[in-house]
Amino acid sequence: MSTSTLTRGDRQAPARKPSRLRESLFPGERMLAPSRLLALVLLIVLALAWIVPFLWAFATSLKSEASAAASASWIPEDGFRWDAYSSVLSEGNIPLWAWNSLFTSTVITLITVAISALAAYGFSRIDFQGRRWLFFVIIASLVIPPQVLIVPLFYQMLTLHLVDTYWGIILPQVIAPAMVFILKKFFDQVPIELEDAARIDGASRFRIFWSVVLPLSRPILAAVSIFVFIAAWNNFLWPFIVTSDSSLMTLPVGLQTVKSAYGLQYAQNMASAMLAALPLIIVFLFFQRQIVKGISTTGFGGQ
Amino acid sequence: MSTTTAMTTPAEGGAVREAAAEPQSLRAGKKDWRGWLFVGPFVVLFALFLVWPMIHGLYLSFTGESLTGANGQLIGFDNYAEAFSDPVMWHSLWNTVWFTVLSTIPLVVVALGLALLVHQVPGQWFWRLSFFMPYLLASTVVAQFWIWMYNPQLGLVNDFLGNFGVEPIAWLQDESWAMISVVVTTLWWTIGFNFLLYLAAIQNIPEQQFEAAALDGASRIKQAFRITIPQLWPTTVLVLILQVLASLKVFDQIYMMTNGGPAGATRPIVQYVFEVGFTGYRFGYASAISYIFFALIVLVSLVQFRITNRRNG
Repeated sequence: MSTSTLTRGDRQAPARKPSRLRESLFPGERMLAPSRLLALVLLIVLALAWIVPFLWAFATSLKSEASAAASASWIPEDGFRWDAYSSVLSEGNIPLWAWNSLFTSTVITLITVAISALAAYGFSRIDFQGRRWLFFVIIASLVIPPQVLIVPLFYQMLTLHLVDTYWGIILPQVIAPAMVFILKKFFDQVPIELEDAARIDGASRFRIFWSVVLPLSRPILAAVSIFVFIAAWNNFLWPFIVTSDSSLMTLPVGLQTVKSAYGLQYAQNMASAMLAALPLIIVFLFFQRQIVKGISTTGFGGQ
Repeated sequence: MSTTTAMTTPAEGGAVREAAAEPQSLRAGKKDWRGWLFVGPFVVLFALFLVWPMIHGLYLSFTGESLTGANGQLIGFDNYAEAFSDPVMWHSLWNTVWFTVLSTIPLVVVALGLALLVHQVPGQWFWRLSFFMPYLLASTVVAQFWIWMYNPQLGLVNDFLGNFGVEPIAWLQDESWAMISVVVTTLWWTIGFNFLLYLAAIQNIPEQQFEAAALDGASRIKQAFRITIPQLWPTTVLVLILQVLASLKVFDQIYMMTNGGPAGATRPIVQYVFEVGFTGYRFGYASAISYIFFALIVLVSLVQFRITNRRNG
């Protein structure tokens, strides 16, 4: 595999060239080329298959419990209604869990980006004692799956009395060696001449980092922040392990624990799932370009 | 899947090689201790919440530590001996590998197919939206959607198949269907990531190559097999590496949809760690199983590293 596929920064990401088909789209006959038409039909069928689970969940969430439990028809006999949403929002803990998710994910994102950017700059620009082995250790740690750490981490949280606290949820999630790596690659490409002027003026290292390098790095910082935020928002296993107090749970954890409590209330189940999905759908609509570009140029962001 | 885990990684292999290389922009000269001020905050948290638990977990795996008051003494390799003779451990390990095989193949092949198709037609943003959106959902949401889709009496899947005279199937409760059903859900959920990697790679192939082939009268299908797919090989290797590592870490959707059942038929190794550690509270034994899982991940990573290194000569 070529490393460059992964780490090529924004700098090299080519401005999207207009794709062939946009040029030749409407000169009629070529668009109707049989192979292209076939591709289109196939894609429409596949896209439908991908969208249907969403629509089906949404349709169910708009039914009454009685008609949701009666049959698999799309249109309920007693009509669509918002009842499931209002009962989920008024009776359940969903607003509280959404707040917990928003709070912990935001703090995780702020800390992760801050410490990762500082470290990446240090590794990129300052030749300090132990730099090389330290960086090697951090990169080597990429091989450690977070799942391996759950038992000793929980034990550690017990001794630190951080079980069932926000900090217990947050602290283990702020270490992101992949982000240090990605940001270092980016800083490596920033021409050092840009810093020289500031240095001649007597600016300190930190001052240069803060007022010269960071402003240049806005796009990559935005991409990293979005990915860290989404990962934290969606993370299930760790918050699930470290919280048992319902009032501290994040949205994914809370939903999992009430799933059984709702029992056979299908409409409410789907309404709460839709509510949990909504913030990320909005995030995607707003940041589609950054997300797509982030994944295609660095290959990070999840899995 | 996987999407669950806080953070993972672009291919470790490439990264390790990079670590050895000097950044071009680093000015040679005297060592400057102030670098530690920059890396300090990260390193402290890294040592506290990654390095320390990693070491402590290894230690725990040689003890009988548990929350139920059993002894925390060192007991040598007893935990490992128990694990290697524990049929549930082997079954879970096998389920993990089997899930990885079953999910990786379609997640690579279908993603490639989708990208090839989307490259042919207009409206990229719409296709990206459709196929990528599920990737951003939390595992809980995905599991809820699909438990409902798979519902034996009221689910859409059986309703649809009923049109073709198929008898209702209890997808998640039937031993022969449970794993397949989870794989289908995983495909729906995570294909967007691989799809985007492929789509970006296709758009980087120089236009002239297609034009030349079109002049030679090559059909679109021929173009795909002769030009596009071979050129995408580096991307395929990358996607394969990331996908295998991600699939091996599966936990969330299986835990939520089948709870590892029926009769342990879908229980992955991470869930076994979770059960031993957090329902049985046997921290020592759970740590030993964690380390066996870790050994598997390291082994797979090393194999991948060797293969890609050889290829790059």
